[in-house]
Amino acid sequence: MPDKKQDFIDQKLQDLNNDGVDRRGFLKCMAWAGTGLVWTVSGGIPVSRAFAKNSGKDAGVAADFSFVQISDSHIGFNKPANPDVTATLQVAINKINAMPRKPDFIIHTGDLSQLSKPSEFDTLDQALKGASAKQIYLVPGEHDMLTDNGDEYLQRFGKGTKGSGYYSFDHKGVHFVGLVNVANLKAGGMGSLGHEQLEWLEDDLKGRTASTPIVLFAHIPLWTIYPDWGWGTDDSEQALSYVKRFGSVTVLNGHIHQIMQKIEGKVSFHTAMSTAFPQPAPGTAPSAGPMKVPADQLQRVLGITDVNYQVSGGSLAVVDSQLADSASAASGNG
Amino acid sequence: MTKTKKDVFLTGLAIPVMIAVLALLTGSQRVKANDQPSAASAAVKIDNFVFGPQSITVPVGTTVTWTNSDDIPHTAVSTDGVFKSKVMDTDEKFSYTFTKPGTYTYYCTIHPKMTGKIVVQ
Repeated sequence: MPDKKQDFIDQKLQDLNNDGVDRRGFLKCMAWAGTGLVWTVSGGIPVSRAFAKNSGKDAGVAADFSFVQISDSHIGFNKPANPDVTATLQVAINKINAMPRKPDFIIHTGDLSQLSKPSEFDTLDQALKGASAKQIYLVPGEHDMLTDNGDEYLQRFGKGTKGSGYYSFDHKGVHFVGLVNVANLKAGGMGSLGHEQLEWLEDDLKGRTASTPIVLFAHIPLWTIYPDWGWGTDDSEQALSYVKRFGSVTVLNGHIHQIMQKIEGKVSFHTAMSTAFPQPAPGTAPSAGPMKVPADQLQRVLGITDVNYQVSGGSLAVVDSQLADSASAASGNG
Repeated sequence: MTKTKKDVFLTGLAIPVMIAVLALLTGSQRVKANDQPSAASAAVKIDNFVFGPQSITVPVGTTVTWTNSDDIPHTAVSTDGVFKSKVMDTDEKFSYTFTKPGTYTYYCTIHPKMTGKIVVQ
């Protein structure tokens, strides 16, 4: 009875269509589920709960250490939708300080300042001194390199770094690499690491065992999100080719002031929210300029990223939480 | 004075700029647009991460003024190092006088996807 069978399928499709999730959306969710990434939506913001291989496991509880990523503080910016970016950075720091488990350190993925002014760097420095985690790792954003080829930034934050401010360090068995893709940008291009830094990276990773978890962090995304707005890095493919042999690679970026995630093989890409102002989703506005939101909504589109690392399985779990209304988003497994 | 095609073009560029300048003055000074062709000026507005117009053609001696209308800082830097603006925050300006003919491509060093061109004849 082919007709009855067809009726049954139609009915099922009808049911699917009536549950508020359209078919395309449903298939999209399924695609994500297949990679072990669970999305929830809270206050209009997609929040990743599990960004690790063992999505069924409670990675957060058993984590061996955690660190926090913050990004795009833009100290000095004073226009809509955020006339007081120092205050929202402070809210972010208060949130870090209120975490039940103290993070081992904080990574700031750039655009500390709006105009690379000494006073802006001073304000950021002062605010970060109030964080429970004393160790801060920074990389510059393009806003931090506006004067004298980034000298102001490098003098303050670049001690012990190479070239334009890149470096690496190890923490409890994880190898972290801070990359700079905002220096010497070429006309018509996107972010750029440059030959010298790529050579250094290749050398830095050489000799490390493939089982070493790798975390790369840089300001501009190391994957192409939206070329029209320059949301990508021209020579990131080269950099990623050096980490292909590793079993666990996590790439943390800022710049786009919103959460985006992608998993490609063993490489997990993640961008963080800003602590200052949101930016539009790719292509949804005439430009990537600050998105204006009502004052009472602002802290829902700003946030921090908590990264938990578990030695067994070598997985990293990323939890994003907004500055406001995030109690539900921050709970659950890591 | 016979008007060549170039003069007409120059006048077209100069008039809006002159109006803007006059509006800023007290009103006592009056200058005719055609009197000082060597002091020609042109404007490029930066809006929504775009140099507008993206390409302009001006006579030798023209002073081009860039104005940033975005909430985000920008620069205008020539690709071969002829001119380099400081960082222009919102509503800040940068001017450069082109004394030699040629095609000058430039970009925003902060957002290198933003490119523009000044053709000086």
